[in-house]
Amino acid sequence: MQDLTRISSAETATAQDGAAILDVRDLRTYFYTDEGVVRAVDGISYSVPPGETLGIVGESGSGKTVAALSLMRLIDDPARIVGGEINFDGRDVVKLSDEELRKIRGGGIAMVFQDPMTSLNPVLNIARQLVETMVVHGRLTEEQALERAIKLLGRMGITAPERAVDSYPHQFSGGMRQRVMLAMGFSNEPQLLIADEPTTALDVTIQAQILELIVELNRDFKTAIVLISHNLGVIASVCSRVVVMYAGEIVEEGPTEKILADPRHPYTWALINAVPRIDRHVPGQRRLVTIDGTPPDPLNMPAGCRFAARCPFRIEKCEQHPELLEIAPGRKSRCWVTQAGGDLPPPETSRGAPAEAKARPDVHHGSETVIKRGERMLELRNVVKHFPLPKTTLFGKQKWVHAINGVSLDIAQGETVGLVGESGCGKSTLARVIARIHEPTAGSVLFHGQDIAHASQAQVRPLRRRMQMVFQDPYASLNPRMTVGDILGEPLRFHEVTHNEKETRERIAELLDVVGLPQKAAARYPHEFSGGQRQRISIARALSVRPDFIIADEPISALDVNIQAQIINLMIDLQERFGLTYLFIAHDLAVVRHISDRVVVLYLGSVMEIAPADTLFAEPLHPYTRYLISAVPIPDATVEAARQRLPLQGEPPSTVDPPSGCPFRTRCPIAQGICAEVMPPVAEVRPNHFVACHFPGQF
Amino acid sequence: MPRYIVSRLGLAVVMAILATLVIFLIANTVPGDPALSQLGDLAASNPEFLKAFRAKWALDEPLWTRYFIFLKELAHGDLGISIASQRPVLDDIKNYAPATIELATVGFLLSAIIGVPLGVIAAVRRDSWIDHVARFLSLIGVSSPTFWLAFIVLAIFYGELQIAPGPGRLDPIAFAPTNVTGLFLIDSILAGDWDTFRDALAHLILPSTVLAAATLGLITRTTRASVLECMHQDYVRVARAKGLTEGKIVMRHILPNALIPVVTLGGLAYANLLAGAVMTETIFSWPGLGRYTFRSAAALDFPAIMGITLVVAVTYLIINLLVDISYALLDPRVIR
Repeated sequence: MQDLTRISSAETATAQDGAAILDVRDLRTYFYTDEGVVRAVDGISYSVPPGETLGIVGESGSGKTVAALSLMRLIDDPARIVGGEINFDGRDVVKLSDEELRKIRGGGIAMVFQDPMTSLNPVLNIARQLVETMVVHGRLTEEQALERAIKLLGRMGITAPERAVDSYPHQFSGGMRQRVMLAMGFSNEPQLLIADEPTTALDVTIQAQILELIVELNRDFKTAIVLISHNLGVIASVCSRVVVMYAGEIVEEGPTEKILADPRHPYTWALINAVPRIDRHVPGQRRLVTIDGTPPDPLNMPAGCRFAARCPFRIEKCEQHPELLEIAPGRKSRCWVTQAGGDLPPPETSRGAPAEAKARPDVHHGSETVIKRGERMLELRNVVKHFPLPKTTLFGKQKWVHAINGVSLDIAQGETVGLVGESGCGKSTLARVIARIHEPTAGSVLFHGQDIAHASQAQVRPLRRRMQMVFQDPYASLNPRMTVGDILGEPLRFHEVTHNEKETRERIAELLDVVGLPQKAAARYPHEFSGGQRQRISIARALSVRPDFIIADEPISALDVNIQAQIINLMIDLQERFGLTYLFIAHDLAVVRHISDRVVVLYLGSVMEIAPADTLFAEPLHPYTRYLISAVPIPDATVEAARQRLPLQGEPPSTVDPPSGCPFRTRCPIAQGICAEVMPPVAEVRPNHFVACHFPGQF
Repeated sequence: MPRYIVSRLGLAVVMAILATLVIFLIANTVPGDPALSQLGDLAASNPEFLKAFRAKWALDEPLWTRYFIFLKELAHGDLGISIASQRPVLDDIKNYAPATIELATVGFLLSAIIGVPLGVIAAVRRDSWIDHVARFLSLIGVSSPTFWLAFIVLAIFYGELQIAPGPGRLDPIAFAPTNVTGLFLIDSILAGDWDTFRDALAHLILPSTVLAAATLGLITRTTRASVLECMHQDYVRVARAKGLTEGKIVMRHILPNALIPVVTLGGLAYANLLAGAVMTETIFSWPGLGRYTFRSAAALDFPAIMGITLVVAVTYLIINLLVDISYALLDPRVIR
């Protein structure tokens, strides 16, 4: 049978006997801004053999995306490629004419971008966008291209592709759109696919599906892949080799499993250690390893090693600029210490090695949880929140979004409760109901014994002092026209925490000190601060009125890993210092495991499982929890390779028309007749371990 | 799609009925006594005259009764008798409207046909000479007062250079084509009378240019801004990464998205031209609604004012409906 997902039957295109398909030599891309020249990509060299998977890692501003865009000359003014070569298939892309360049774009090299929601043209249907990609390169006619588009969509795992091609992008979810983007990328069977953070905007279960697909496509089409990501776990699950970028340069290069197990550049070392691991938890160790400072000013790069200012291992020689040299077969590093044969020790806080910790049962942490559970601070009973949808016709039936469907939960004084689930599961809505930004449709919310579910604003106001929120986006949640002093002073004056200006100023100074910002920050505006610093300001604002309960809604998901670690450490310190209680909402399960005493798993507005963090991750009893944990990529290539990933298929059903009975039954492998009829109650299956499943632990 | 149109249409009807109420109330609550302003000082000093006049025009009935009389007449297509011209308002409007529609439509088409491409080119070739020329033209168009521009073009092209015809819709010695639509361009084509067509077209050039000037500036600038915004969208980069030509990227990927705000503006601008060409019509002696509006307002001719306002309101509603439908055609997200 003819396989229509392939154009060429013979694989002549990629058979070049090991010669690199892509060879980048000393590539330099500079931004000519009004303030000066930003050397975003400052002389990087690497090569990709046919069919290889190469990962490029780095934090925001490291130049990894600009480097990727430069490969197809997709950069706009004021950026320019000022030097180097990009040899693709034997020709230098930098020197190609516009016409020749067009043939390579989408033909020889394809690219998948980060945000699938904005990468498809909203006014053109899927068919048109796929077909034009194939037709423009002149290899297929319109009819053939449409036929192939349908086959490709099917191959990418889109159900009923013959109907899907007639849809418009807005009718698809993010995961489906990224599948369409992949179909587009593979439509001309490119020799190289560049994927720039292809799963960053997606949920963890969808991310797992897409990564799986990329691995399969690499195998089936023999397409070389350059995967750009800030997530070491994602790199580990796809790439065989990895390049680490810092401040426009490559600082380390080598096989993925070796770099992750034994980093030879202090920056890589810091990256790996800043990330909590979902598969390991060291009891008692809550602080993460962080490095101080921020990346160097791109307008004013230091003459020596660019990482030296933040490096815990720096030596005198670091004032000179190191070259990227081979330090072991197949491994390169740009570091004087490791080039001289020096070792990077395991980070201080992880003494008492992970292996030891694994052997020890998690009694310590568990008992701590029990001790902590003193007085009940918050009690939710059967909380329901439904939102009316805007009517499309005048006399149509009113439709409702079933955001929260009967959630009961207790939070005790001093504990940290993690709330996890895919986007749209009701995490943020629940947070807003607790903070009484939304009034619940039904149920009760007891905060310090007082039911605030339907209390008036005047009744809720005094309680706001004791309950504060930290929001996800540190750019949007601070008023750009207020100084930091005003931002912190406003709640103080409003809640009459301070009684005169002198007191207010003192309290602001104290708050800045607590979150680790300099005193002079009070006179400055939010835009003068980095994302991490802004999140510190948000936390200071929340702390200003001396609350005992803080709801943190994805407080770190917009930050780079090192900054994430700093903020997590800060939150842990503050909790110990002020005896705070946290409701910590995040989609990053590793972080949730790290910081939480107990974890609540939410799916389609209902609680699936509640358990102490270590119990939940070690022995999940609900099938959905198992899938969630399995979907998280682990930044350890050996573990990744040995892992059997459970593939959760499909996407969550609509919250407008949720399934009867158990909401998870439509995707559950062990669902039976009863699951469609009766919603299983949240039952204490084991001590402190609550599960809403008819067949707990049977999957 | 049909469902969407029907629901928009239903909404437009409701709006139209509300408009009649508002129009009626405003016209009947403004200070000023139509009897006094119509009868003149001598007649108005006679109470008998005054009373008879009020009775004749039902000015002595209560407000609500008068509104229902108004609605009832309206349902029969009767907008009342103009107090000033003593002719049915509907006939007056039928008489004057085609001239305005013709002028406004030509003016609008002129501004759209030049403005959209100019805006696109200005955005694509940003900071080139064509962008600067477009910016300069837009600035002139938007900032020149209509009456000033109208006099200037008349003085230069008619008075000085004598290459354009003077005011009016046709030469004074020419005859209007047989009335079918009232639009001279169309009627002359229907009659096969090419001389009249040329004459009517020539007479349209100056006033429609004056009328188009401000709209042209707005459309050019909006198109440019909108295209610039769309050019930096991710899907444009994706289109470039596919290897599409720049022409295809602009025509297929940028333009349909960029046109959405331009359509909104264009609809409003067209309605504005239809309703608000008083100045241009007066200077060019254009026998259109603008001039009729001005005269009726000066005479406090309430039936006429109400008739005109209703026509303007319905015009806006129809154009809004057309704008809504073109949204749906441009953007599939509009119909859920």
